[in-house]
Amino acid sequence: MILAARDVSLHDRLRDVSVALQPGRITAICGPNGAGKSTLLECLAGLLTPNAGGVELGGETLAKMPARARARRIGYLPQQGEIAWDVPVRSLIELGRLPHGDRRREPVDAAIRALDLEAFEARRAQSLSGGETARVLLARVLAGEPQWILADEPLAALDLAHQLALIGHLRRAATAGAGVVIVLHDLAIARNHADHVVLMHEGRIAQSGPAPQALHEDAIEAVFGVGCEWIGEAGRYALSPRPVATARA
Amino acid sequence: MNRAALIFGALLLLALPLSLLAGRVWIDPATTPNAALILGELRLPRAVLAAVVGAGLGASGAAMQGYLRNPLADPGLFGIAPGAALGAVTALFFGYAASPYLLPLFALLGAGGAMALLAAIAGRTGGIALFTLAGLMIASLAGALTALAISMAPNAFAMSEIVLWLNGALTDRSWREVWIAAPLVLPGIAVLWRAGRALDALMLGDAAARSLGVDTGRLLWLLVVGVGLTVGAGVAVAGIIGFVGLIVPHLVRPLTDRRPSQLILPSALAGALLVVIADSFVRILPLVTELRLGIALSLIGAPFFLWLLLRMRRGLA
Repeated sequence: MILAARDVSLHDRLRDVSVALQPGRITAICGPNGAGKSTLLECLAGLLTPNAGGVELGGETLAKMPARARARRIGYLPQQGEIAWDVPVRSLIELGRLPHGDRRREPVDAAIRALDLEAFEARRAQSLSGGETARVLLARVLAGEPQWILADEPLAALDLAHQLALIGHLRRAATAGAGVVIVLHDLAIARNHADHVVLMHEGRIAQSGPAPQALHEDAIEAVFGVGCEWIGEAGRYALSPRPVATARA
Repeated sequence: MNRAALIFGALLLLALPLSLLAGRVWIDPATTPNAALILGELRLPRAVLAAVVGAGLGASGAAMQGYLRNPLADPGLFGIAPGAALGAVTALFFGYAASPYLLPLFALLGAGGAMALLAAIAGRTGGIALFTLAGLMIASLAGALTALAISMAPNAFAMSEIVLWLNGALTDRSWREVWIAAPLVLPGIAVLWRAGRALDALMLGDAAARSLGVDTGRLLWLLVVGVGLTVGAGVAVAGIIGFVGLIVPHLVRPLTDRRPSQLILPSALAGALLVVIADSFVRILPLVTELRLGIALSLIGAPFFLWLLLRMRRGLA
C-alpha cells in the first residue's frame, strides 16, 4: 500500500512536496536543520494537515480517514522518547494495541521477541537506559502491527552499537512487508542502510531516489553547502568533507 | 477491578459505618436515645456526602495528574473550583443563601462560567500549556473577585459567613446536599474514567498519543467536563476542600502499575475514604467549635505537598 504526498504545502515549512513511498523498504528523509524533514514525516503520519495538497495511503486521503483507522495502519515514533510515568515495560508496549481496542497478547509478545525484550518485560520504563528505551518504544509501535512505521530521528540518542541494532530491527520489519520511513541526520547511515532517500532543502524535495543517486556528492554540496566525498565500499561508506581552500591574504 | 480499588473499597466499607458512630457524642445504636434518627438524618447523609465529594476530588486529581503528566497537578489548575467558590460567595454576598438551593445553584453556575471562560480562551484546539495558563488566570480572577466580595461584605455577619464557607465543611449537611452533588459527581467520575485509556497514551507525549488515534481535543473536553462536574458539585455543597486531589493519587499509585487509567477509580475510592476519615476526625476533636474540614485537610495536605517537592528534588518521586 503506497504512502504518497501530493503537492503538500504547509505554511513556509513545506512547499509543493510530492513523493510516493513504497512498502517493504526503508526510506530515509535527510536534509539540513530546518529543511522540513520532521514536518514532512508528521504530514505523512497524518498528525499535521497540509494547507494545500494531501497525503494518501493506498489511494485513500489520510485527512478523511478516522483517527483510529489511520493509527492502525501507520505507527509513529516521535523524536523525544518521552515516558511520563514509571510503568512496567509490558504495559508500555501494550499501548500499541490502543488503535485496535484490544489487548491481544500475540502481537505484544511478537514485538517483545522481535526486539529481544523478554528480559525487560517486568522492568519499569524509567529504569531503562537510552538504548533499551528506544527498543521498547519501537516495540510499542510494532505491537500495533502497522503497515507503515514512521520514526523521527530514532537513532539520535543512541551509540553506534544500538544504532546498528535498531536499524537491523527496522530492516526486519521492512523485509516482513512494512514500509519504514525514518528521518536521519547521519547521511552515511542513510547511504548504507536506506533503500530510498528523500533529500529535503528549504521545504522542498531536492532529490528523491535510490540512496547512491539521492546522496550523490554534488547533491550534498548543493543542499548542505559543504563539499565532500564518499569513501569506502558498498554498505560501509563514510562521508569525508573536502578540504576547504583558504584564500591568500 | 484492580488491587488498589479493592483495598480502598474495602477500607471505605469499613470506615463508613465507623464514621457514623464518631462525633462529639459517640453513638451506641443500642443505648443512645434517638440513635436511628441521628444516624439516619444527620450522620449518614454527612458521611455519604463526604464520600461523594471526596470521590469526585480524588478521581479528578488522578485524571489531572495523568493529563498534565505531572504528579504535582491538582484539579484546581483549571480554575473551576475558584469559579464555583465565587458563585457561592456571590449568593452569600447578596443574602441568597437563606434559600437551600440557591447557594449550590450559584456555585454550579460559577463552575459552569469558569468552564465557559476556559472554552472561550483556549478553544477546542488549545494545548495543555494554554489551558493551564487560562485556568490559572480564571483562578486568579475568581480569587480576586472573591476577595473583593469579602472586603465589600454588607455586614460582619455576611463576611464571617463567606470566610467560613470558603474554608469548606460538611457541618449540618443533609440528604438535600447529597441529592444535589451525587447526580453530578458520579457521572463526572464516569466521564473521567472513560478518558483513562487516552490518558495512558498521553504518557508518551502529545504526538505519540495522536498517532495512536487519540483525539486530544476531545480528551481535553472530557477532562474539563469531568473535572467541572466533580469539583463544581463538590464545591457547591461543601465549599473549598483542597489537597484531596493532589494527595490521593500518590497514595494510590504505588498499589497500581502507575498507568493513569488504573488510578481513576481507586483514587475516587481513596478520596472518599480520606474525606470520610478527615470529617470524622474534625468531629471528634475536643475544640469549642468544630474545625473546618477544608482547614484540616490543608493542614495535612500542605506538609504532604512539601514532602513531595523534597522527594522530587531528590529524584525519587
